[in-house]
Amino acid sequence: MISPVDFVNDLLNPDLAFLPKALLMAVLSSVVCGVVGTHVVLRGMAFIGDAVAHAVFPGLAIAFVLQGSLVLGGAIAGITTALLVALFSQNRRLREDSVIGVFFVAAFALGIVIISAAPGYAGSLQDFLFGSIVGIPDENVLIAVIVGLVLMAVLFAFHKELVAVSLDRETSRALGLPVMRLDLLLYVVVAAAIVISVQTIGNVLVLALLVTPAAAARFLTDRLGPMMLLGPTIGGGSALVGLYLSWSLDLPVGGTIVLVATAVFLLAWLLAPRHGVLTRALVRRDDEPERAASPVTAPQPR
Amino acid sequence: MTATVAGDTSTSARPTAPAVLEVHDLAVVLGGRPVLKDVRLAVAEGELLGLVGPNGAGKTTLLRAVLGLVPSSGRISIAGQDVHRGRKRTRSASVTRSIGYVPQRHEFAWDFPVTVEEAVLTGRVTRIGWLRGARTEDYREVRRALDRVEMTHLRKRPVGELSGGQRQRVLVARALALDPRILLLDEPFTGLDVPTQEHLTELFRELADEERAVIMTNHDLVGAVHACDRLCLLNRTVVASGTPAELAGPEPWMRAFGVSAGSPLLTAIAQVAQGRTTDSSAGGERS
Repeated sequence: MISPVDFVNDLLNPDLAFLPKALLMAVLSSVVCGVVGTHVVLRGMAFIGDAVAHAVFPGLAIAFVLQGSLVLGGAIAGITTALLVALFSQNRRLREDSVIGVFFVAAFALGIVIISAAPGYAGSLQDFLFGSIVGIPDENVLIAVIVGLVLMAVLFAFHKELVAVSLDRETSRALGLPVMRLDLLLYVVVAAAIVISVQTIGNVLVLALLVTPAAAARFLTDRLGPMMLLGPTIGGGSALVGLYLSWSLDLPVGGTIVLVATAVFLLAWLLAPRHGVLTRALVRRDDEPERAASPVTAPQPR
Repeated sequence: MTATVAGDTSTSARPTAPAVLEVHDLAVVLGGRPVLKDVRLAVAEGELLGLVGPNGAGKTTLLRAVLGLVPSSGRISIAGQDVHRGRKRTRSASVTRSIGYVPQRHEFAWDFPVTVEEAVLTGRVTRIGWLRGARTEDYREVRRALDRVEMTHLRKRPVGELSGGQRQRVLVARALALDPRILLLDEPFTGLDVPTQEHLTELFRELADEERAVIMTNHDLVGAVHACDRLCLLNRTVVASGTPAELAGPEPWMRAFGVSAGSPLLTAIAQVAQGRTTDSSAGGERS
């Protein structure tokens, strides 16, 4: 195990130029996913995120086989799947989760078939699935920074509309909001966040960046604004600590980052100021009687 | 435009104010099945109308058709503007703003981390407009709506920590944030205890008295007979409508609900309706 000081030295070492690049990518992905993930968690869209993450895979595989841009290939595949899910789920005969299940496994299967046709695929397959910190081209870092900034701007610009739809779809529709187009916008944002994250973190684990930091943040606050700051902070911090541990202990980078984020999640679950399991157990005696969770048993007269 | 409304057993007690919401020959077909047909309805400002009927009678569908949320045929006019002729939809922003919708409580994501104030502000989202933030005027209207439902003291509280009655008030305040002339309430009393229902009934009464047309669907028939100015008995179409006193007899209720003449429900309704007749002759008009 190397010390944090050695880690900083390695970051500054010109022979290890891939390392600061990987750090930038990991922190950037985690921060973007932390913000986007707030919507994913609050809307209960985790499964859609999973679907899009897996659907990115055939795009990456095709781009790899054709020697094209991985980001572009992933983006096309992820966004196509997101749009297909959004369109098919408007049909109420089949529940959304079944539609998602059909599409994401199919996409993943397609990716595996395509990449197995490429020479020397075993190593690339592992990189795609579990992430890698070496061999990220400079142009991809630049694209990730630009896409990340655009996503933040989009979420900021449409914040109040997205919140209104999340709170109450029917009333939003009655107020004249284009609910389906806003859904599509959010799906595309989720897909793009996944595409820029997938190279460092890996296809299988990228869902954790979307869900875990935002879910931990939900334990810590009852306000949306703070949650959208805490999510990316937890994500970015986990990426930094995870990359350090991965580098110094020679562990896979994606897995380590996700495990650090999961540890934060568990701590938040136990120790959150108002909703933590331990916190509540400790203050139960002298706190006010627990508020009714269900409106049916509401004790107050109004 | 004809002012009188058919499908109505009453000839007396026509609202004197002009109707702010009129529905003519409304029909809704959902998934190939006719849900509503020949629905005629007129509601005036100042009126509290109860929409009652058995499960599956189309009460919620009628509200959703008025809001333009389900495709329908027929004619709907709101505040004198025809918004819906045939299947063509023309719905201006001013029409959208003159209807406030209060959905059933389970339609709202109560676990979302927003405060009461922020939830009410979402009622003005289309009024504020794309790419803009809320202005002083918007906060003032939110404050006014919260004052109106007596929730100002709880404005900073997360919505997840409210009781059922408080939640209902938040939804009403959100609808009032646009100061609509028509208020549509879908089953506002479901799952609430009797004192809470009574407080809310008072509130709805006051909102109607402030020159609004208030229309609510209601499962609790006795409560509806007690609270509303006029009742509309719905079962796929308007079976009967009139003041509670006019509907004191068992016949329209038997037709709408398919109950037999001996049903205890009819006795209860007759008693409450009878009581309301005495009230209004002794105490005069409320206003």
